[in-house]
Amino acid sequence: MLHTRSSLHTPFAIRDKFFHLDFTLLFSILLLGIISIFAQYSSSGGQFDYHSKSHAVRFCVFFFFFLVVSFVNIRFWNDYSLLIFVLLILLLVLVKFFGVQSQGSRRWINLFVFNLQPSELMKIGIILFLSNYYHKISSGDVNKFRYLLYPVIALLVPFMLVLTQPDLGTAILILVSGMVITWLSGVRWKLFAYLSLLFIISAPVAISFLKPYQKSRILTFLNPDTDPLGAGYQIIQSKIAIGSGGLFGKGFLNGSQAYLNFLPEKHTDFIFTLYSEEFGFLGSALIVFLYFLITFRIIIIGNMTRSIFGKLYCYGFSTAFFIYVAVNMSMVLGMLPIVGAPLPILSYGGSSMLAMMFGLGIVMSCNVYKNNAIG
Amino acid sequence: MLSFHSSNIISKTKTISRRMFLLSSIKAVVLIGIFGRLASLQINNSTKYRSLADKNRYRETKIAPPRGIIEDYFGNEIASNNRIYQLHVIPDSTPNIDQLLVRLKDIIDISPRKISLLKKKIKNKKSWDTTIISDNLTWAEFSRVNLFLHELEGAQPVVSIARYYKDSSSAHAIGYVSEISPRDIRNKKYLQNLNIEGVAIGKTGLESSLDEQMLGSPGYLRYEVNAYGKKIKQVATDKGLKGKTYRTTLDHSIQKFSAEALQGVSGAICVMDIHNGDIISMVSSPNFNPNSFVHGVNSKEWKELTENRDKPMLNKAVSGLYPPGSTIKTLTAISALENDIVSPKLLVKCKGYIDLHGERFNCWKKKGHGVVGMRTAIKKSCDVYFYEVARRLGIDRLSATAKKFGLGQKVLQNYNEEKTGVVPNTKWKKREIGKNWYLGETLHSGIGQGYFLTTPLQLTLMTAQIANGGFKINPRILVDENEKVGSLQNYINHKNETPGNVMSTDDQIYNFNLQPLFRNQENINLVKDAMFAASNEIGGTSYRSRLKDKKFMFAGKTGSSQIKRFTEEQREAEIKQVDITYLERDHAWFVAFAPVQDPKYAISVLVEHGGSGSSAAAPIAKKVIKKVIERHEIRTAQKNQQFGKEI
Repeated sequence: MLHTRSSLHTPFAIRDKFFHLDFTLLFSILLLGIISIFAQYSSSGGQFDYHSKSHAVRFCVFFFFFLVVSFVNIRFWNDYSLLIFVLLILLLVLVKFFGVQSQGSRRWINLFVFNLQPSELMKIGIILFLSNYYHKISSGDVNKFRYLLYPVIALLVPFMLVLTQPDLGTAILILVSGMVITWLSGVRWKLFAYLSLLFIISAPVAISFLKPYQKSRILTFLNPDTDPLGAGYQIIQSKIAIGSGGLFGKGFLNGSQAYLNFLPEKHTDFIFTLYSEEFGFLGSALIVFLYFLITFRIIIIGNMTRSIFGKLYCYGFSTAFFIYVAVNMSMVLGMLPIVGAPLPILSYGGSSMLAMMFGLGIVMSCNVYKNNAIG
Repeated sequence: MLSFHSSNIISKTKTISRRMFLLSSIKAVVLIGIFGRLASLQINNSTKYRSLADKNRYRETKIAPPRGIIEDYFGNEIASNNRIYQLHVIPDSTPNIDQLLVRLKDIIDISPRKISLLKKKIKNKKSWDTTIISDNLTWAEFSRVNLFLHELEGAQPVVSIARYYKDSSSAHAIGYVSEISPRDIRNKKYLQNLNIEGVAIGKTGLESSLDEQMLGSPGYLRYEVNAYGKKIKQVATDKGLKGKTYRTTLDHSIQKFSAEALQGVSGAICVMDIHNGDIISMVSSPNFNPNSFVHGVNSKEWKELTENRDKPMLNKAVSGLYPPGSTIKTLTAISALENDIVSPKLLVKCKGYIDLHGERFNCWKKKGHGVVGMRTAIKKSCDVYFYEVARRLGIDRLSATAKKFGLGQKVLQNYNEEKTGVVPNTKWKKREIGKNWYLGETLHSGIGQGYFLTTPLQLTLMTAQIANGGFKINPRILVDENEKVGSLQNYINHKNETPGNVMSTDDQIYNFNLQPLFRNQENINLVKDAMFAASNEIGGTSYRSRLKDKKFMFAGKTGSSQIKRFTEEQREAEIKQVDITYLERDHAWFVAFAPVQDPKYAISVLVEHGGSGSSAAAPIAKKVIKKVIERHEIRTAQKNQQFGKEI
């Protein structure tokens, strides 16, 4: 145990830390980042001034932040996860009262430099908190009622706070990410079965609480042709854009659907559609492959990490990351209703980028300090 | 503690890894699903989605190609296409549309009412759509607009083309074009898929009947538009196919001459080639300016045209129906001779009237004509003689002859507005009126009164078929460039080439495949000779209007169609036509053929409420006949050119 203790306490030199980075993950992120700048350039109609410029700046800043997070000892993140979680809850409460309102929902806090969306950060916060929680309790206690109570409260509080902003998409993603950790930690199947049953029974009641636009989104998803100019319009136009891209795409800056504004939200939720229209099936396959590679690498890192916190975090984050990608792509491909879920790294949006880079940074930190045990 | 701790870690790791493996499998399935969906959209269905994207992206505006031209026999353009100057405005590119309109008021002629209409129109359109401020600027206005263009941001001077009519003489024969209306689209099949906003289509005359061919095939402008419908750029243009050009048989200079001859009166003139049926002139008076309709006729002018007593919009040559009056006497005579009812030698005493079953039938000459034979009866237009002939002939035989010579049916295929007219007989009366025929009506019919209704064109055809020796011809107004020489024309050409060769009528008919309307050509010749007498012998009804020169000498028959019968008192008082109200005066007719020696042309002149044919119609006919014959050689030269070696 002694030599581990020494390695535990001897601080790495930056140089050593650098060589402990996972370069497959690092370059995949970098490549995605570069592609995202091009995609944003195209979404601004071939101008660098609008989204592409601030997106590029954000990517550079947050990529640096990602490296910083990577070099911070994984123990630090374990120790401070509860604090981070509580801070984020406070921020969400703050949003309720002082948030910036836009298009009928209150999601942002004005930080003067930019508007922060705490719900995006909460996606990481919940994973951090639950990984830490299940790291702490013994495997025998996982299914005890007392130990189930905390995670349920920890899930429901941010879920409700985000849902009432209202932001159904992010709320569901937070809930699902948290539930994944809970399930990975060994909570019984039966419990999830009961939960789903409860969900199905309460669904009609829940639907009655949905905002009209949310209801119409679900309905039009089920049959987009009923309202081709309303909510179904987005799904139809997105499918047309992707389908018309064909095998090789229409070429960079030549996506007619995007360029002529048939595509809604082309720089945020529908950035994949824009990219897919211009670069075709081959380009889209590359992106899907990159996301798959990132997910896969994170699982590998999780496998190699000794600590339960690290494992749970990596597995949980990889799954959440995969879900964000899958939900966004299924949405733009017309396989899910439009819920408002950005595509990690590619979509325009500071908070989302910050959250993803923060999350990936902790994964990288797991890799750099993979041999460290946590108390 | 440590062992518990590590065993705890091991058991946790086991659970986590097992469940993670399961989760990874689900991820793989989802991944395959996304790949599959991508492939299905981008590879299997890419053609479908590409066409949908193009449908999103492109908008096509159909454009009308240049309309086909209508020429006269000599290739002069009667209806042509002219360059026009328009002013368009795009509200989006002007800083203040209201100010622009105010500024334009000083530069071009535009009424405050039009401006308020335009403002309304602009408000209803998308701000990037073009609005036409004026579609026909004068050159002076157009130059002024160009001069001040720097102050008129958003205004676009545009050069386009539109229908232009040289003058109004052929307004009825050619017709006019005007902006397409919802009613046109409903009624005409070929317009239903045309889809060109504001396109000018033919409304009357040849413009209407040849509209489909003259429109040509529309072209299009293809624009790329954005999601809001704003035009981004023009990507393709197809000018379409120019409409078909038609050459008519009309002679524009005779058209102008005829229109002038009818100046100041209401009526019609038709001139026809008696051998091939070419309509050389067809005018109706008063006429209208067809150019007024091209850019939308203003309400004042429209009101004037529609409320005018003389109905300027009516093509009287084919749509005006009038009793033929005494001009029908030629046919009454032919019918009676052909049916062997009377002999040419029959003499009838005219004492100014005859009484039949207690009803009195007056001759136009109160004193009577004395004893007259057929030739004199036609020459002097004796009514009593023809009462007697008609009485013996009967209405059904007269009606059969009249129909044979082209009355009571549409003569041309080219006019939607052409009227059939009425050739009455016993069956017709039973069917249309539901009553039996009276003998008295036969007498009236014999002098072209009563139920008889004809168009000037029908009477021209009748006269032409008498003049050519009684052979059927098919009138036409369009030149068929590929046609063969007509059968009658063939015979005439043959006759001209071999002057010595005299052929019997039967041989003529047999060798040249002619269609005779007679049993015995002598009967036709007898009537022709009587018409000669009417125009060229002292006492003839149109003697005063004769042309002495052999080259121009014509033979004709006058006619007056009664509007209202004179009462006995009026007859006793010898009231003149000029003394009664205009609308009750008789219509004046004159039909003729010329030159007498070798007839080539037939003419009919109608003057509405002109009084008598000899005083109102014959002098007009005289002028036109002279003009027509003067131009005969030019026309023949043109004809020879068309048929080349065949002649």
